[in-house]
Amino acid sequence: MENVMVINEKDNVGISLSNRAAGEKIAAKVGGSMAEITLADDIPYAHKFALKDINRGEKIVKYGEIIGLASQAIKVGQWVHVHNVESIRARGDKK
Amino acid sequence: MNTQFMGYKRPDGRIGVRNLVALLSVMDNTNAVANRIASIVDGTIAITTPFGRTQIGFDHEMTLKTLAGIGQHPNVASVLVMSISLESANRMADMIRPSGKPVVVLGLQETGGTLELTAKGARIATDLVVKASELNREKLPFSDLTIAVECGGSDATSGIAGNPAMGLFADRFVDEGGTIILSEPAEFMGAEHLLAARAQNERDGRRIVEMVKWFEDEAKRHGVDMRGTNPTPDNMNGGLTTLEEKSLGAIAKGGSRPVVETIEYADSPTKRGLVIMNTPSAACESMTGLLGGGSQIILFSTGRGNAIGAPVSPTVKVTGNPNTAQAMVENIDVDVSAIITAGESRESAAARLWDEVVKIASGKLTRCEILREDQLSVSRWAPSV
Repeated sequence: MENVMVINEKDNVGISLSNRAAGEKIAAKVGGSMAEITLADDIPYAHKFALKDINRGEKIVKYGEIIGLASQAIKVGQWVHVHNVESIRARGDKK
Repeated sequence: MNTQFMGYKRPDGRIGVRNLVALLSVMDNTNAVANRIASIVDGTIAITTPFGRTQIGFDHEMTLKTLAGIGQHPNVASVLVMSISLESANRMADMIRPSGKPVVVLGLQETGGTLELTAKGARIATDLVVKASELNREKLPFSDLTIAVECGGSDATSGIAGNPAMGLFADRFVDEGGTIILSEPAEFMGAEHLLAARAQNERDGRRIVEMVKWFEDEAKRHGVDMRGTNPTPDNMNGGLTTLEEKSLGAIAKGGSRPVVETIEYADSPTKRGLVIMNTPSAACESMTGLLGGGSQIILFSTGRGNAIGAPVSPTVKVTGNPNTAQAMVENIDVDVSAIITAGESRESAAARLWDEVVKIASGKLTRCEILREDQLSVSRWAPSV
């Protein structure tokens, strides 16, 4: 079992349903068709990886909805988490 | 699919899934006595608040309303109200009496010391338990219950397994004529447009957006990035990156039916269907509001593992995370992790959950009840003066 989940066709991130090491190749649905992705980072259980290259400032999409913005450029297969994604909402720190 | 359960009919026509004697301490002074009596009289439960003294205005009204709502709760057969004096105890008792159940009142200053109050209260509580035990369960429509959906200690599995399974349960329950309460609007943030679009009338749609904005403005007022607080550190370890992501997973537990009503903290729904209650996202405070509003059962989905339960209303712990199902086995009532590990359909998991909740409504104990994971905290809106 591949143990990779892509929730919505619009998503640019997938979910790894096992702990994975950098360099592993996985098959995931990208925009509705299967693609092979080589993981660039270790991906912990239930965490996200990029299904495609994402520019700095580009929207991160999961469930077909916006979950935040890329705070730096993200390459396909890289771990997508708090180090490279920021919230849009409730940003009292940004005046 | 079982559509009936064995429950208790109360004098006000509401129905209960438990038959507890509540030892309600109106303020801090009598909490220790309430807890002491609860530890020596089986069948009772202490309802306490660390506040209650010198509260003013709206904040005070909300504390009284919530505690009175818990006293009136249909899972409660009778109430012993205790306070520092009879004046405040009687005021609370008068708020509970419209429910028609037996209410007995004791004041600390009028009774003597706390040991005197303990002895007198314990004797009264014993009699109340004897009387409550004479009440019998009868066959009642499952869909006459109000069931709340909660989540806590969420991770990325919550949004793909635990919450969607609960959401399917919620849809079926609403279709049967039941009422589901979804709370914690701060955790709609980033997903509130989806809920607002499902509101049956425009006013409720606007209200959903307003509720979320209030919490968002609070974060802005404090000059903070909410991340680190919400999502919490354990949410983030579990793969949730932003509050928007957490919210999109969180609202799944309410299912997909139209929102028929929006209500405030500790209010009771007046309509059947999917209802939204305005509560803070700390589970304990939120569940206390749900108790005040009379929800007989709380379904609680967790990812990384959150053990908290409510008193009075059985709290049913559901997880979609196979690691948590193993690591916190004593705390989990329904394990739906097979959705992830074995390809179980969400429909099948929701059907298993349905059967389990009917059993729990009929008397099967939850892990929270057995382990006494029952915390209570009425929210505060202003400082005491």
